[in-house]
Amino acid sequence: MTQKYAYYPGCSLHSTGAEYDTSFRAVCDKVGVELQEIDGWICCGTSPAHCTSKLLSLALPYKNLCLAEKMGLTEVVAPCAACFSRLKAATYEATEHPEIERQLSDILETPLPKSLNIVSPLEIFSNGIDVTSAVTRELGELKVVCYYGCLLTRPPKVMQFDECEYPMSMDRLLRSVGIATLDWSYKTDCCGGSLALTETEVVCKLTHEIFEEAKAVGANAVAVACPLCQANLDTRQAEIEQKYGTNYGLPIFYFTQLMALAFGVPPDKLGLHKHFVSADELLAGICKG
Amino acid sequence: MMEPNLTITSQSPLTEAIFRETGQNVNLCYQCRKCAAGCPVSYAMDYTPSQLIHAIRLGMDDLVLNSKTAWLCATCETCTTRCPQEVDIAKVMDAVKIIALRQGVKPAVPQVASFYKAALANIKKCGRMFELGMIMGLKLRTFDFFKDAGLGMKMFRKGKLKMIPSFTGAWTTWKIFRRVKSFEKKNQNA
Repeated sequence: MTQKYAYYPGCSLHSTGAEYDTSFRAVCDKVGVELQEIDGWICCGTSPAHCTSKLLSLALPYKNLCLAEKMGLTEVVAPCAACFSRLKAATYEATEHPEIERQLSDILETPLPKSLNIVSPLEIFSNGIDVTSAVTRELGELKVVCYYGCLLTRPPKVMQFDECEYPMSMDRLLRSVGIATLDWSYKTDCCGGSLALTETEVVCKLTHEIFEEAKAVGANAVAVACPLCQANLDTRQAEIEQKYGTNYGLPIFYFTQLMALAFGVPPDKLGLHKHFVSADELLAGICKG
Repeated sequence: MMEPNLTITSQSPLTEAIFRETGQNVNLCYQCRKCAAGCPVSYAMDYTPSQLIHAIRLGMDDLVLNSKTAWLCATCETCTTRCPQEVDIAKVMDAVKIIALRQGVKPAVPQVASFYKAALANIKKCGRMFELGMIMGLKLRTFDFFKDAGLGMKMFRKGKLKMIPSFTGAWTTWKIFRRVKSFEKKNQNA
């Protein structure tokens, strides 16, 4: 029986993170997971909302959960780590504080959904789904470091997924489809997140440190599970190389792109051409046919 | 929600305001400095997270509300995860920003506040964040028109930026913004 999920792409996956959407759908297709995009979903508010108004930051995500409930589905998947974090935070706050639940219910003019389960793509694929039998292509040349970022696992009370100091779910998942992942110590070190546009220096410094460590352990690619991480590590890489006088050439893949490649999906169907740091050279030997 | 322990009460109105806003009791802090040690952005702050918490407890409102700390917070949740007293420090940072804006304090890192305003204005109108519109809104507020221009051009060429907003859910979103605003006004006057 195929599991069906209410799919919340969030604003990024419809624009700068479109490759995550494409590759996630491709992987779901190959392993028999059914997705139905939430009809009429709205922005979760992310940092601008939670930094300026508590009620707004909870009402916006909850609206989406109400829409999911209307679809008659109980499982919601949100690939973007920030959206995922906000959906989970909203549920956590309403559960812990009945006063907040009452206020949100008032604002949204409807009782809040109670029994929705919110998951990330990593969680779906790590939950006993058979991914190994869909593998058709060997990606032996890849030496990937898995960069989990901040919000997938933190804070543990809210996110309740994997280990927050040294997660392994992405590593295990990629290894199970035949991709080698390396141990490294910057799995969950912040890249600077939403400071990218306003405090670019901070993002450059933090991301530079991530690259240094990736290079030190001998990685030739980085796997991520968040569109903002991907944007920071990919689009700012050239800027960082110039600023610090270094050379990385590290393609930044969504882990779903790597899985899809392992499943035999043609690279041109995965939005790889949209990446700033090209993966062409790395994948040249692998993807002929 | 945890009631403040009677032996850990505070005299500082800011501590109480933060408790009301977030349910977090900063009086639990015993200055272990784990938050400051783990904070990836503390190197750029004028006061580290642990120093800011201490300043809140001492009633140093001016210092707290005018510092860069909360505005530079990337909400990476490292501090929240590691605090041995389970204080949600990231939430405290949010509260400092919320209270600063509410009191009309000029943000010590104005471009971050401009980013929030630009993003929210955009979401309110479009329902879903229309990145191009948001970036234009940010530039109009910061007057930094040439920053990241090259990056923007490359994004266009690669088809990463949508040219027009979708407006799906715009009306729903606008309504939520309005209702939240009137709720908050009611709570303030209550």
